[in-house]
Amino acid sequence: MLDLLYEPWPWYVAGPAIGLVVPLLLLFGSKQFGVSSNLRHICASCNIGNVEFFNYDWKKAGGWNFTFLAGTVLGGFLGGYVFANPEPIQLAAATITDLQTLGIQDFYGLVPDDLFSWEVLGTGTGLTVLGLGGFLVGFGARYAGGCTSGHAISGLSDLQLASLIAVIGFFIGGLIMTHLIYPFIL
Amino acid sequence: MKFTDFLKYLILGTLFGFVLIKSEVVSWFRIQEMFRFQDIHMYGIIGIAVIIGILSIQIIKRNNLKDMQGTPISIPPKDSSQVTRYLMGGAMFGLGWALLGACPGPMFALLGSGLSIMLVPIAAAIAGTYTYGALRDKLPH
Repeated sequence: MLDLLYEPWPWYVAGPAIGLVVPLLLLFGSKQFGVSSNLRHICASCNIGNVEFFNYDWKKAGGWNFTFLAGTVLGGFLGGYVFANPEPIQLAAATITDLQTLGIQDFYGLVPDDLFSWEVLGTGTGLTVLGLGGFLVGFGARYAGGCTSGHAISGLSDLQLASLIAVIGFFIGGLIMTHLIYPFIL
Repeated sequence: MKFTDFLKYLILGTLFGFVLIKSEVVSWFRIQEMFRFQDIHMYGIIGIAVIIGILSIQIIKRNNLKDMQGTPISIPPKDSSQVTRYLMGGAMFGLGWALLGACPGPMFALLGSGLSIMLVPIAAAIAGTYTYGALRDKLPH
């Protein structure tokens, strides 16, 4: 039984679990699932330059979401540290081949050491992946009004056309990056 | 916030972070695999999550369910006339998602797993959010 906590969970177990976050947050207090709103609340909490977009009562709007986010970090600690999966991820063979061709060597953990370490941050590749990647995620999420949780999960669950357009945008950007730009970064 | 509310959101967030790690949604490798259409894994997770979400929201709406405070649950609709915003913003997000291999939830779950380097993309994402807020009036929506 305890093995289940260490083992990776298949998609047909994880999918329903993630989907249930949507109704649970609604039932808890009419809250809409969306992680990237926290980034806005963080900006609002220290609104340097008094930007209008960040002028609101962030404690009232974001208190529950910060709590949820603290839980997400704690869950990451439990799942990725205390009960970390000791085995490498069972990736598709084609993905491993493609990534090896690009020069990725470490396939052991959740992310490759080749890109995710303080040593790599000093290189152009590391700065692009970690710095520019993070910047685009934050900028794009707010521009689009939500991220994977806000649009792809909660927005589509509520059959919102806006979210479908945003998700199409996610894939346009993602496919361009993966197939056209990444080969030049690695 | 009441302590019971605090506990509810903390526990649900903890389960969410745990599932993100256990399902490997947080993995840069899995995002690469998804954008290369080489495995069902990510599509299965997002697809089933959306199906469960649709069904549960329909149940909530059709039965006019109330939340735990007794307030009738209503979900404000999104303004789908702002196509530029969703498409442009979405594409920028997608570029970042594929580049970093993590969206906001996974960034924080990975930080919790002990990957301190995630502080860099988190700080960058906050900077990106701030930049959007500052430039908002100048961008097409």
